Amino acid sequence: MKSPLLVVSDLHTTFETPRGPLPAVRGVSFSVAENQTVGIVGESGSGKTVLARTVMGLQPIRGVTLSGSVLLNGKEIVNRPHDELRHMWGSEVAMIFQDPMTSLNPVRRIGDQIAESLQVGIGIKRKEARARALELLVQVGIPSPEDRFDAYPSQLSGGMRQRVVIASALSCNPKLVLADEPTTGLDVTIQAQILDLLDKMKAERKMSTILVTHDLGVVATRTDHIYVMYAGRIVESLPTADLHAHHRHPYTAALLNSTPRIENKSHTRLTAIPGSPPNLLKPLTGCAFAARCSFATDLCRNQTPELRRDGGASEFACFNPVGVNA
Amino acid sequence: MTIQSKPILSVQNLQVTFGRGKKAVQAVAGISFDIYPGETLGLVGESGCGKSTTGRAIMQIEKPSGGHVKLGDIDLISSAPKEARRLRTRLQMIFQDPISSLNPRRKVRDIVAEPLDYWKVVTGDERAAKVDDLLRKVGIDPAVFGHRYARQFSGGQCQRISIARALAMNPEVLICDEVVSALDVSVQAQILNLLEDLKAEYGLSLLFIAHDLAVVKNIADRVAVMYLGKIVEIGGSDEMYEAPHHPYTDLLLSAVVDIDPSKKHERKVLQGEPPSPSNPPSGCRFRTRCPFATELCASTEPEMSEIAPGRFVACHYPLNVTK
Repeated sequence: MKSPLLVVSDLHTTFETPRGPLPAVRGVSFSVAENQTVGIVGESGSGKTVLARTVMGLQPIRGVTLSGSVLLNGKEIVNRPHDELRHMWGSEVAMIFQDPMTSLNPVRRIGDQIAESLQVGIGIKRKEARARALELLVQVGIPSPEDRFDAYPSQLSGGMRQRVVIASALSCNPKLVLADEPTTGLDVTIQAQILDLLDKMKAERKMSTILVTHDLGVVATRTDHIYVMYAGRIVESLPTADLHAHHRHPYTAALLNSTPRIENKSHTRLTAIPGSPPNLLKPLTGCAFAARCSFATDLCRNQTPELRRDGGASEFACFNPVGVNA
Repeated sequence: MTIQSKPILSVQNLQVTFGRGKKAVQAVAGISFDIYPGETLGLVGESGCGKSTTGRAIMQIEKPSGGHVKLGDIDLISSAPKEARRLRTRLQMIFQDPISSLNPRRKVRDIVAEPLDYWKVVTGDERAAKVDDLLRKVGIDPAVFGHRYARQFSGGQCQRISIARALAMNPEVLICDEVVSALDVSVQAQILNLLEDLKAEYGLSLLFIAHDLAVVKNIADRVAVMYLGKIVEIGGSDEMYEAPHHPYTDLLLSAVVDIDPSKKHERKVLQGEPPSPSNPPSGCRFRTRCPFATELCASTEPEMSEIAPGRFVACHYPLNVTK
């Protein structure tokens, strides 16, 4: 069997802040196989975006301490200088950010921006790059692409801008694409279009995708495997098909229960999670979720649960899991 | 749904136009709905459909270019400015971004007391007692947090403070504009539950504006669906979500993703994006994206009609109709 495309092991990302070290990612391990779509889901502050940026090698050199390993195609990304990583960005790994307004240059025409990434990424001449850029605009479903080629990002709608970002990210045929909240802020109808586009591109190009989002509905319908993050750690890892009925971690259960569902009757009371996530500037003892968990015991407050295997491809980090005991 | 008594808020043919002459954009193109006492009406639609402008026009933050907003029997729009200002205390609004709707350099107690101070309705001890009571109602301990500044609170807590401020004048109608869309699901559930509790306690009526159809389903009694400045369908939420009459409602509902992937419904994708409200299509505004559009839809604008008790739809070819 081939080794997975991406192997992340015991990754730690710690920011130096005026108030002391802030461990945003606290020992995360996971892998992404070729052609697989993996979802990383968590609430704000869970460390999911920091994790994605660290995997990409985008963390600044100063003020951040990294440890552990990120192997992409056998090549180490952690603590590698940016000028070496630059050759991998675009052609091996690319990222789609949440806000297409800030990830595109507002004063450059969209066609030129895509063409530039082609010129830099695969070193083709300007004329050829422009032709390829136009082709990409067609592929991502921009209506009348010839006219839009010379448009500025501000002249496009949010959905169209995200299509441009996707075209730019995919321009150099990356093997792995990290999409960080690619549809947050878009309408449901446009969200469906963008996710369909990502699915289509993934199938055509045989890419692997990491979908980072807070939206359980999005990961539940668009991924093969889901990692649930809380306070900088993966607390549960499970095949997408098991999310609804076979999750084991109380946090996953609480997230699912607090999500409003379209099939609920009017005035259905949601089960809110009391309190808020822990402050990571303070040292944590025990399970990070214990203070908000209705199943927490003294053991949970004193000892940190490690991820343990739950038959098949699932893992959870909890002393008092929900569901049937294995 | 039971229609008891008279509507508490009645919006009639409300229009809002931005700009003049050739550049004029009709953001709200003549919409009508009623809200009955104790009811929550959800207002949904894609961004740019005019749902927020509707809320702002009811509050007179945006000046309507036509129509009526009636609070009981009194028309807010034709009332004298001074009178309208006083009447408006019976309506209150909460906004999407909880952090920017509070002054970061003011203390929580003063923020909540602001409407009371403006209208000089309470004095001294009464004021402090009333403010503390309001804070307790929204789940913020006034003894611990009352003296903190707004900037020291998280998004969810700021939204609680906004709600306390909105309740200070004992309003009858609360307009909630995307109040949970910036919050995480766990906090979102806390705020939705809080709104339900306060609604029962204060006997409030809610206009709940949101783009998230699942959120609206969980809180609203009735739902109005807006498209490009017009209401296309209005009806009881359970009935409408079960069997939508307007093709737009149907497509909007089928784009919602659910956390249970085994419930994969037939997915119909709504193609394209809404046209510009500065140049809306002739006839039915949805016809350019509608799979069932005919020549009739291009030539004649469908009227809103009641096709089942309490179910109104503006479409020449409504869905799910038993003949």
